[in-house]
Amino acid sequence: MTSKSKPSEHPSGDERYKSIDRTMKRAGYQKDALLEVLNVAQETFGFLSEDLMVYISRHVNVPLSQTYGVATFYHMFTFEPLGENNCIICTGTACHVKGANKIAGLVAESFDVEEGGTTSDRLFSLTTARCLGSCGLAPVIVINGTVSGKETPDSTVRRVADMLNGARSELAVVEAT
Amino acid sequence: MNYGELLALGQQEAERQERFERRVFCCTSTACLSAGAGLTHTSIEQAVAASGCEEHDAEVVKTGCMGLCSRGPLVRVEQKGQDPVMYADVDAELAQQIVARHVPFAEKVRDPDADEEGSTDPHDIPHYRASLRKAKSGKGLERHILPADMPFFTKQKRLVLTEVGQIDPEKIEAYLAHGGYRGLHRALTEMTPEQVCQQVLDSGLRGRGGGGFPTGLKWNLVRKQQAEQKYVIVNGDEGDPGAYMDRTVMEDDPHRVLEGMIICAHAVGARYGYLYVRGEYPIAIDRLRRAIRAARRRGILGKSVMGTDFAFDCNLRIGAGAFVCGEETALIHSIEGKRGMPRMRPPYPSESGLWDAPTVLNNVETIANIPSIMTHGAEYFASIGTEKSKGTKVFALAGQLRNTGLIEVPMGISLQEIVEDIGEGVPGTAAFKAAQTGGPSGGCIPSEFLDTPVDYENLTRLGSIMGSGGLVVIDDDTSMPEFARFFIDFSVDESCGKCLPCRVGTVQIRNLLDKIIAGNAVPEDLDKLDALCQLVKTTSLCGLGQSAPNPVISTLTYFRHEYEALLLSVSDN
Ligand SMILES: Cc1cc2nc3c(=O)[nH]c(=O)nc-3n(C[C@H](O)[C@H](O)[C@H](O)COP(=O)(O)O)c2cc1C
Ligand code: FES
Repeated sequence: MTSKSKPSEHPSGDERYKSIDRTMKRAGYQKDALLEVLNVAQETFGFLSEDLMVYISRHVNVPLSQTYGVATFYHMFTFEPLGENNCIICTGTACHVKGANKIAGLVAESFDVEEGGTTSDRLFSLTTARCLGSCGLAPVIVINGTVSGKETPDSTVRRVADMLNGARSELAVVEAT
Repeated sequence: MNYGELLALGQQEAERQERFERRVFCCTSTACLSAGAGLTHTSIEQAVAASGCEEHDAEVVKTGCMGLCSRGPLVRVEQKGQDPVMYADVDAELAQQIVARHVPFAEKVRDPDADEEGSTDPHDIPHYRASLRKAKSGKGLERHILPADMPFFTKQKRLVLTEVGQIDPEKIEAYLAHGGYRGLHRALTEMTPEQVCQQVLDSGLRGRGGGGFPTGLKWNLVRKQQAEQKYVIVNGDEGDPGAYMDRTVMEDDPHRVLEGMIICAHAVGARYGYLYVRGEYPIAIDRLRRAIRAARRRGILGKSVMGTDFAFDCNLRIGAGAFVCGEETALIHSIEGKRGMPRMRPPYPSESGLWDAPTVLNNVETIANIPSIMTHGAEYFASIGTEKSKGTKVFALAGQLRNTGLIEVPMGISLQEIVEDIGEGVPGTAAFKAAQTGGPSGGCIPSEFLDTPVDYENLTRLGSIMGSGGLVVIDDDTSMPEFARFFIDFSVDESCGKCLPCRVGTVQIRNLLDKIIAGNAVPEDLDKLDALCQLVKTTSLCGLGQSAPNPVISTLTYFRHEYEALLLSVSDN
């Protein structure tokens, strides 16, 4: 690795870039740190914008195409911000066997959102995960960070509705069942 | 620190623990936390404080997985001179009752007329005191006690999980007090690298990551390589959705993983290592980080491991959610910061791995077996299990069973014992249909083969695989073609796209399954499905494609009638 002058900071002055800078510095701006840096970026920003990927590419000195290639290879990276609230439904084997797809189906239908999608008002995202590590409590869901186990389609829809009730005055609950 | 100082540290901790009249263990592993163990733990601590008991009367310990995850949060009380008692489904309220039952109250708490106000006691929590007194009569408690002779516990054999659920995973002292790092010390001071490899070979340990390759053999291959630089990699990617053996070991006993890794490094002559952990495991990542820091501080990692002239250090690498990264060559690419694509083997990583250097790559559970093999010896390990599969295996038991959770059983136990004794069978009126092992790379085993002893060869013969340890039971409500499609969907998603048979073949398999499930298929489609599965299995580049058809093949073998029942009959046309 050739020694480089200290790369410049992000012009926006956004504090969040600091943690990315720190990670890159610790790794000595080595190319193999790319994945680690992207992980930190995803965690800090919640998604990878084009600007962010350009910034990272420059600093660890890899072509943007490679950064994009790595980022799109792994599932944990997203390229759009999530909605303000989110519900993750586990679709791992244990949860699948206990009817996770019925839960996902009913939530999608009730709140007019696709799996992996966000409502048009950006208030709510529905995502799926593969095993949340609580298979003994299957089926498992997470609403805004709170994990609940032994769910049913109705109980999850109720939880989501309760959560959204606070956020949205008018609930567009499509009549289900 | 040298070994003497480490021993003293462990001794000190053991004496500290010994001073407590009773210790209350609260499981704070992922599953129990999801069930509310955070509140349970707080409640126990507050109740103990409110009881006004003496300091030495009770210690509250946050610990790892106790196994019976479906009944969490779990709490265990160990009292001097008494058998331990384990409680299931402990919510905050029940937690108080447990404290009230086991922990002696101070005089002023016991007195029902005691003045609640105006006390200067720093721990005074009137609310808790009142409820503790009430709880004293707690009758609801009995049915929460898990009998010690429950087959769920008695049929298990714990080697890898020895400390899991027994110690606070965030304290290196606790691991030392349990005899931790003794195996490493033996390996470093009493054995040559060659002897360590030989002992692992003699133990008969085989890789727990799925393939079952003899670990000692793998180590010897790397040991014999002449190279400046060699690496050890521990595979904690655990991609099988619905399995969490490795996560539990990393979360609840991180030092055991480190110890095994350092022993491996000594055996093969590596000076640096990586632990590759699945990104979805934040707690495991955090605890491993702490463990590495603690080990560095105590001189267990670094320039002079335990005061010897052996130098070794390691670091974490975090995955970002790609199943194929569990495959060894893909994982190595991922550590190098690249897309996690597998490559052709040979050369095997033992010859040319990370940055082209000879590399040992082992699964977390494999590595976690090593400290026991060093301390108890190869013979003891080899005395457990079957002729070709030695030791124990950890399974994540899930699906339609009364008891689900994490179990460790001796190799050679029958599936029947696992399902019916440990799992206590299928609940409700439904009946057992099949046990699925090996996740998306494995297959379904029907009831007629339940008496088969579990080992690598038997499971493969039945069209499944040992896999990393997922064991999911399904009942007769499950449609097998749909279950097969669930796994194929997974493989379609996870195929990295490098080789054609896997990239295109899995999609074609899914299309055929869709057609069958929709009721539009003709008998020839089943033949096509058979042929396609064989094609993908035999021509794919890596293990992902080679094993992706297994769920379909095994259900076609044992449950063909379910596929046939969905076919268009001639008269439908
Ligand atoms: C698609 C695929 C996924 C794999 N996933 C894992 C995994 O999650 N964990 C693991 O230890 N091994 C996994 N393996 C097996 C590894 O390639 C490798 O054989 C293993 O880690 C070697 O360690 P062992 O000898 O201790 O089993 C996977 C293999 C394939 C083909
Ligand atoms: S499969 Fe859903 S938590 Fe494991």
